[in-house]
Amino acid sequence: MGGEGAVVRFLAAAAAAGLLAGAANAATPASEQRRFEAEARASAPGFGGFSAQRGEVLFKATHGGEWSCSSCHTANPLAQGRHARTGKPIAPLAPAANPERFTDPATIDKWFRRNCNDVLARACTAQEKGDVMQYLMSLK
Amino acid sequence: MHNIPRRRTFAIAAWAIGPLAAILVAHQAMAESRIAAPPNARWSAECGTCHVAYPAPLLSAQGWHRIMSQLDRHFGTDASLEPAAAAEIGAYLERYSGSSRRTAASPDSMRITETAWFVHEHGEVPSAAWRSPAVKSAANCAACHTGAEKGDFRERGIRIPR
Repeated sequence: MGGEGAVVRFLAAAAAAGLLAGAANAATPASEQRRFEAEARASAPGFGGFSAQRGEVLFKATHGGEWSCSSCHTANPLAQGRHARTGKPIAPLAPAANPERFTDPATIDKWFRRNCNDVLARACTAQEKGDVMQYLMSLK
Repeated sequence: MHNIPRRRTFAIAAWAIGPLAAILVAHQAMAESRIAAPPNARWSAECGTCHVAYPAPLLSAQGWHRIMSQLDRHFGTDASLEPAAAAEIGAYLERYSGSSRRTAASPDSMRITETAWFVHEHGEVPSAAWRSPAVKSAANCAACHTGAEKGDFRERGIRIPR
């Protein structure tokens, strides 16, 4: 009897811990923005916040290479994009148009790594990623 | 002298014919679509974002190995993967890679479009079709192979855009 109760309590605690872990892993654009802010503060003591306007300029400009972010995502991130080389459709990037965007940290890191390398030929800073996020989150 | 019971005769026939029928059906399916590999979730998610996830049998193990060893410079873009994903996908592609001479490209090529079977199969495609804006690139299988996203490359699914 007592043993059964202990098993039930253990299972309930395990289930609760699992739910909490699940909740902690579920990222949102806002929580990812806080992650970039913490990184930006750590690397630049004079961090002055993120700017949607700076993000938009970065997003639409080429940076010495052939492509800008908008080469694939178009100049309107609320719209469907198209891969610049293969033509394959790309779902909209702005969270207002596509709620799945910026909800998985590993996916976000993978694509910033690849795309910054393609467009800027280097990794983006946390400031730059946050600026672009600010821009994308401002679009409605 | 000893009559084989009828029930056993049926059993022997089923044993003999069953596998033969299965082989015939499988052979027919392979001949029709020319590709046969069980799908892999990571392959389809990671390789299918920017282009059709190209089926493993379309290229030799050597070709896949070359592609997977330089994903950060993947036909002009950075397609780098986390090591665990790269290892799983690389093993899957090599396991189901094309084994015939026809899937081998020249030693320094990694392009499916340069393999002997691809060149042979696409010989009838008019050159204007390749240049059509709807096709854009020979990498764009789905422009003509309407079932490409599902791994279906059968003739009946081909619609060349005009």
